[in-house]
Amino acid sequence: MLHLFRRSLLSMIGLILILFIIFIAIFAPYLAIQHPTYVEVSTEQGTRRIEERWDINFQDKFIPPNSEHYFGTDDFGRDIYSMVIYGTQISLKICLMVVFSATIIGIILGGIAGYFGGKIDEILMRVTDVFLSIPYLILAIAVAAALGRSIENIMMALVLVWWPQYARLLRGQVLSIRENQYVEAARSIGANNWRILFRHVIPNSFAPLLVQITLDLGAVLLVAAGLSFIGLGAPPGTAEWGLMISSGRMHMFHSWWYATFPGLAIVITVLGFNLLGDGIRDITDPKLRR
Amino acid sequence: MKTWEYIVRRLLLLIPVLIGVTIITFVISHVIPADPAIAFAGGPKAQPETIERIREELHLNEPLLVQYFYYLNDLLHLNFGKSYLESRPVLESITQYFPATFELTIFAMLISVPLGILGGIISAIRRNKLSDHITRIIAILGYSMPIFWLALMLQYLLAYQFPILPLEGRLSIGLIAPQSITGLYVIDSILTGNINTLSASLYHLILPSFTLGFATMALLLRMTRSSMLEVMGMDYVRTARAKGLSERVVIMKHALRNALIPTITVSGLQFGALLGGAVLTESIFNWPGMGRFAANAVMGLDFNSVMGFTIIVAIIYVIANLIVDLLYAVIDPRVKLGGE
Repeated sequence: MLHLFRRSLLSMIGLILILFIIFIAIFAPYLAIQHPTYVEVSTEQGTRRIEERWDINFQDKFIPPNSEHYFGTDDFGRDIYSMVIYGTQISLKICLMVVFSATIIGIILGGIAGYFGGKIDEILMRVTDVFLSIPYLILAIAVAAALGRSIENIMMALVLVWWPQYARLLRGQVLSIRENQYVEAARSIGANNWRILFRHVIPNSFAPLLVQITLDLGAVLLVAAGLSFIGLGAPPGTAEWGLMISSGRMHMFHSWWYATFPGLAIVITVLGFNLLGDGIRDITDPKLRR
Repeated sequence: MKTWEYIVRRLLLLIPVLIGVTIITFVISHVIPADPAIAFAGGPKAQPETIERIREELHLNEPLLVQYFYYLNDLLHLNFGKSYLESRPVLESITQYFPATFELTIFAMLISVPLGILGGIISAIRRNKLSDHITRIIAILGYSMPIFWLALMLQYLLAYQFPILPLEGRLSIGLIAPQSITGLYVIDSILTGNINTLSASLYHLILPSFTLGFATMALLLRMTRSSMLEVMGMDYVRTARAKGLSERVVIMKHALRNALIPTITVSGLQFGALLGGAVLTESIFNWPGMGRFAANAVMGLDFNSVMGFTIIVAIIYVIANLIVDLLYAVIDPRVKLGGE
């Protein structure tokens, strides 16, 4: 498998980008110059930590990128480079949690529907039809607006929007896999439904599921950033990329760096997931390997 | 099955889907919020009297099932409540803003569909050559970019740093909109023979519709490329080549026609993605459409407008998909015969 990966330059680039982003997320405290939400101030009384760094330091606001502030500073004098660095943690957390939860729900419901068929299948597929008949960004906006502004809430909204795709994907897989002879063989030696589902069907659906998961990690990040951009999601002052672009937008014409760098961070991360997902698809789907 | 039978069947299937959509929007608006009355009143800072009044108006003290029937009754009477930001019925706001969004999405399609298909063909024909790599990189960037960021960057570069395109809006300041017939400025300008507003509205459409259509273009490019590659490996293409037909005829008549079927289906479905993208694009280009209205409603905690927008867009989308499917069945007879 690895040699196939090596042959595809683009998927290697994707893998490297994602490893790079994960590295930044883990080592953010060492890479950042300042913490995005608090600062330690030395006074005559000693050092104290001031929470919410964003309402101080007005004299440093809107500094263009230089050797001290690589990506410049924002309207509160915060270092944008540090915020972008810390932003990787929030973004990866959102993507992973959302896609992971949606996958679990999808596996369970799709697996049951495909395997047992009949009424359950019919009902579940109609439910997913309805979910998929509303544009997903708009559905996510409505749910997030109903839940109220917070990162946890956009995660919940995105899970609600995303699970039907996985349910359908897994159902389709189950329907094709359960016709295989090895499933029949397993049944003939007395394996029960659950064992067949978890030992045969799900492991054999792994490849298309993995492709979908990788591509969706990027897609979820884009939608989450969009929600933050219009004021759902991260509360003001959070080092979240979509929110930073939203705040930077007001200052675009005099401080281009404010919205530009968080956006680049999104592009790099999503690009990484997409290249990686494409690569995995090419490797696991022999029809495309020509 | 005859075509009309198919159409009737599809129309009947529309009913359960629409009921499903209303159940989802009902749950979002009446069950998910911690207190729906507060949400509809515009957040926790609302006056207690307002909250109480809304609780009465929406029958929020009744059991959920009763609430749902009141809700459905309102929807059937096209009553989507009042927009608190604009102090008028939500439906009135959306009817006013709809043409602008429609014009924008149509132009986004007009830009993205031909470009995507053309790019896909070039990419497939010149597989693994430089032009293939360049178009593929553009495509993959297209769906890796947040649309609102792309909008900001293009606006900054092409309307501010190098001001060759207008910054925002549908018309230049000082120009009076053409007499409203369809609400689409381009069409209205043509109908009234107003050259000034025609050129200004086209000029204002370039940046927003390109931004909105960019991701769709990328998707179509990728789809066309892969289905072209698949079709070009088919036996009938080999036969066509073996017959001695020119490469041009083989590609245009034999390969492309078959390769375009999935692409066309997806272009129809992209309409929904464009409506979603319009929320972000319109708010950046200050485009007076229903997307900007929705974005403002979200920021202004105007929950009624957000929900009204959601259900109206969902209905538009369901109907648009139905139309695409029906057209598709007319074009490709295999759909209604073997597709069921």
